[in-house]
Amino acid sequence: MNPKKLLQTFLILILSALAAPAFAQGADPKPLFNQLADANFNRAEELISQIAATGDPRVVSALEAFAEGDLYFRKSDKAVFIAKAAGSNVALTDALTGESAGDAPKAAVTKIRVNNNLRRVIRSALGGLTLLSPDRAVRLSAADAVLRSPSPENLELVEAALAKETDAEVKTRMEEARAVSLLSSDRSVEEKRAAIETIRNYGGRDAIGILRAAYGSADASLQTEIDAAVASIEGDLALWDMAQNVWYGLSLGSVLLLAAIGLAITFGVMGIINMAHGEMVMLGAYSTFVVQELIRANAPGLFDWSLAIALPVAFIVTGAVGLVLERGVIRFLYGRPLETLLATWGVSLILQQAIRSIFGPTNREVGNPSWMSGSFGLGGMTVTWNRLWIIVFSLTIFFALLVLLKRSAFGLQMRAVTQNRRMASSMGIRTPWIDAFTFALGSGIAGIAGVALSQIDNVSPNLGQSYIIDSFMVVVFGGVGNLWGTLVGAMSLGILNKFLEPSVGAVLGKILVLVLIILFIQKRPRGLFALKGRAVEA
Amino acid sequence: MITGFILRALDGKIIVAIAILLGVAILVPALNLLTPPDSAFHIPTYAMALMGKYLCYALLALALDLVWGYCGILSLGHGAFFALGGYAMGMYLMRQIGSRGVYGNPELPDFMVFLNWQELPWFWHGFDMFWFAMLMVLVVPGLLAFVFGWFAFRSRVNGVYLSIITQAMTYALMLAFFRNDMGFGGNNGLTDYKDILGFSVQADGTRAVLFAMSAVMLALCLLIASGIVRSKFGKVLVGVRDAESRVRFLGFRVEHIKLFTFVVSAMMAGIAGALFVPQVGIINPGEFAPANSIEVVVWTAVGGRGTLIGPIIGAVLVNSGKSFFTGAFPEFWLYALGGLFIAVTLFLPKGIVGTIQHGFSSRKAMKAAREAEKGRDAQTPMAQAAE
Amino acid sequence: MNTIAETRAKSLLYLDGVSVSFDGFKALNSLSFVVEPGELRAIIGPNGAGKTTMMDIITGKTRPDTGTVLFEDTVDLTKKDEADIAQLGIGRKFQKPTVFESHTVWDNLELALNRLRGVFATLFYKLSPEDKARIEEILETIRMTHRKDELAANLSHGQKQWLEIGMLLAQEPKLLLVDEPVAGMTDAETAETAVLLKEIAKTRSVVVVEHDMGFIRELGVKVTCLAEGSVLAEGSIDFVSNDPKVIENYLGR
Repeated sequence: MNPKKLLQTFLILILSALAAPAFAQGADPKPLFNQLADANFNRAEELISQIAATGDPRVVSALEAFAEGDLYFRKSDKAVFIAKAAGSNVALTDALTGESAGDAPKAAVTKIRVNNNLRRVIRSALGGLTLLSPDRAVRLSAADAVLRSPSPENLELVEAALAKETDAEVKTRMEEARAVSLLSSDRSVEEKRAAIETIRNYGGRDAIGILRAAYGSADASLQTEIDAAVASIEGDLALWDMAQNVWYGLSLGSVLLLAAIGLAITFGVMGIINMAHGEMVMLGAYSTFVVQELIRANAPGLFDWSLAIALPVAFIVTGAVGLVLERGVIRFLYGRPLETLLATWGVSLILQQAIRSIFGPTNREVGNPSWMSGSFGLGGMTVTWNRLWIIVFSLTIFFALLVLLKRSAFGLQMRAVTQNRRMASSMGIRTPWIDAFTFALGSGIAGIAGVALSQIDNVSPNLGQSYIIDSFMVVVFGGVGNLWGTLVGAMSLGILNKFLEPSVGAVLGKILVLVLIILFIQKRPRGLFALKGRAVEA
Repeated sequence: MITGFILRALDGKIIVAIAILLGVAILVPALNLLTPPDSAFHIPTYAMALMGKYLCYALLALALDLVWGYCGILSLGHGAFFALGGYAMGMYLMRQIGSRGVYGNPELPDFMVFLNWQELPWFWHGFDMFWFAMLMVLVVPGLLAFVFGWFAFRSRVNGVYLSIITQAMTYALMLAFFRNDMGFGGNNGLTDYKDILGFSVQADGTRAVLFAMSAVMLALCLLIASGIVRSKFGKVLVGVRDAESRVRFLGFRVEHIKLFTFVVSAMMAGIAGALFVPQVGIINPGEFAPANSIEVVVWTAVGGRGTLIGPIIGAVLVNSGKSFFTGAFPEFWLYALGGLFIAVTLFLPKGIVGTIQHGFSSRKAMKAAREAEKGRDAQTPMAQAAE
Repeated sequence: MNTIAETRAKSLLYLDGVSVSFDGFKALNSLSFVVEPGELRAIIGPNGAGKTTMMDIITGKTRPDTGTVLFEDTVDLTKKDEADIAQLGIGRKFQKPTVFESHTVWDNLELALNRLRGVFATLFYKLSPEDKARIEEILETIRMTHRKDELAANLSHGQKQWLEIGMLLAQEPKLLLVDEPVAGMTDAETAETAVLLKEIAKTRSVVVVEHDMGFIRELGVKVTCLAEGSVLAEGSIDFVSNDPKVIENYLGR
């Protein structure tokens, strides 16, 4: 920085630090505005630069009006006003203060002409000006604006703003804006080199575009650096893409986990092939729908709590259906897994048709509470709140279940019954009730899963059908009777799916995953985490 | 050797069943073609088509029964073999349309023209020849069954695991056939057929022949199935179902036994699909839906698995019920079907024919077993044996 | 060295240094065991000693982690599966009687007959007069001629055990592995089973796993006691039952 520029920067800093009305005489934009009255286009361009250089935030609205063609001067005294048509007269407002200056007949004022070139100059000047706004949000968006349309003309303003900026986030953004503007300016190679470094750190697809655009006009010595920076950004992007894919995969995996976790109990632990499992998920989703309808009708203020209220409702509803199903059908079929499969398939048909009769065959609308809507950026990837919550939720359920099975008395009895029914019953455990409640627990968890899945899927009578095959795949892949296997199975299938998708498409990816699982089961018929030894044979 | 096989196949009930099927094959078309429409004996064409459809379903159920009822392999993917046979036939029928399609392309079926394809995909070649298409009706399902079974049975995937992966198989195929770029017409499948062997598929005469063919093929497959289950191989098959490891330790190659049965069964399912398609006029990926395959299981279960007549009766009964319900009370069909699944597994595990057949003898056997049980408590079995 | 090579060459079944573990539990620990042609051998040992696992390894159900398993000195059994091994001539009776319950006694034996077992051979099989005679002979041996048309499901527990032994005979094995043949039998049945096994052992080697010491005494043969996956003692019943280690581990004081 040469001393002159330093001084200029210093001045601007001082000036803009002072309150607007107390602006130093020489830098008062008022006379500059008034000179616009009889300036030609070239002179106007100079004036705009000078006006902008005052750094006075009050000029923003005046310049905006200028660009819109709303700037007029009074023929009598060449004073410049913003004018709006009011009947046969025009309403005048002071260009800087915005105070009303009374009405004037149309004939008394003349419009200050503007052309496209001037509009461009104004726009770029405004971009720089708002950088100095006292409002943090305005500064941030101004910096963004410069970042998107870099121009060497803004450079000094950006630097000026940068020097006085205190907010860290705005400051980084401005530094980036400075760097992109600097790249197309006539600054020294060293400065440009530093700018490339800054842009490289900024990253993203825009940065690649900016660097590519600067490539042609850049110094030969800089071109290699630009290449390196582009390559490095591309590498980063690839990493972020991967991270985004992993995230999508985890998200899908958590959906699979939710759908499969109840099955991990009924199928994995009890060995019951419950083909109505998907319908339990569906019932959970419909419970959410009913809860939300009731809340909408009676207490709209509670809507954000609707999911929390739906959870126990869904658990109880599906748990009860599961209990009835176990007592009414499944208990007669223990030891005949294939028959259980058929009977529960029948149950699933009945449940689907029942829901269709009650709620109709079409999708029902389940709303997202505010805390599940929207998304936020995390580095180079986008994270939607509902997916994040579903991941958190599925893991919570998983670990809660793990604790229940390993630490509680019920879990102990359940494991006892599944390991040695006769011994357990002779120890005084009521095995039939343990069976019933275990099944109800598995069903209830499916219902809870339905609450979560209602947030990301269509709630229709066919909801369950789309999950049943996937759920079985997860449990079988992970290894029957092993909850950890279900977790690993769900997550790895989710990630595998999402990594296949970009290259082969969603449907083919799914087909490939199915084929891979079929092949995998040939290799390890008992899944990823299989139990070994003689105990298995029994 | 073959005569021995056939003679063994023709045991009493099977002779009756085959005779009835052949009678139906002659009588129904005759009543359709030879009686005037206002006659009391006239069978309208739509009714004949419906019955023809039932016979195809019966053949599919018989095929499933061979693996499930006799070998203990519950396949939830038999619909896939049925659909593949159907697609093979459908491809032949598409090629017969020739330039009569909407776009008038003599070589490419309409949907390919619509997708802007320039030439026929390699796997469509040969399907303009009837014999080749018929070969494929057997080969494609058979090959899929062979490859799938070879992997599955060799690594001893059993019971519900096998059921689940067969279901995944048909599900994967369904997803695949829904894709337009697979070259099988995507969502819409294959339809708008015109001719089969030069005869219009709409003509009453053609329909009568198709019906008769369905009945004859069912009779033939029944004969083959009966020959299989009544041979020593059939006894081994039941052995595999009841005590697989014992069969293995007796020196039989269980995987070969299962594979053979699975492939034969898949081919039968393929034949059923091939006969089904010209009679209903369409084949689409929906036939691969896992739900369809499970429905076949309930026909077999209702009729009686492990009996040969049972699945035929079950398929005809359940599908007649379906036709009646979906016509009269469409809301209630799924309730009825669902209830049927539950009722059969809970109250009629042997199915209709099984219960009738074993009803008396099994009661006797149970009584004997109960006495044997008592006897063991009271005295030594050896003493009983020595009596 | 020479003697080991000789033992091996003479043996019908030769196990050396066989180990297998399930999830860290060592079911067999460097087990060595030899059966000579025509020998009747009894194996005793506490639960978990590895008796059933040893049978699983011989019959190809389980693969050993390490060790040699040879049949007739030439055939490596660890490379074969159950069906191969059965066809080589090793028959096995399970602990729990396993017969085809929905077949008649006759059909059970017919299936077990040592004939071609391929798909097409069985599909077109016709009962020959020799096969008929052989089945009748076996029925006679296991004393079930009068029940030949009965479904196996309707047999008593003891009769199923005998039918299973009959099926093994039909298989014409060179080596018969019998897992607890007299479990759940009465004394009279046990005695008769001992007679039957001794009769069978005249023409082939038999290995019997049993807990019933009375039964083993009745057999009067060489006894091997297993414990924790390896051989604890081997010799006559009197020798073994007086061995302090055997008393400690198995018989109890």
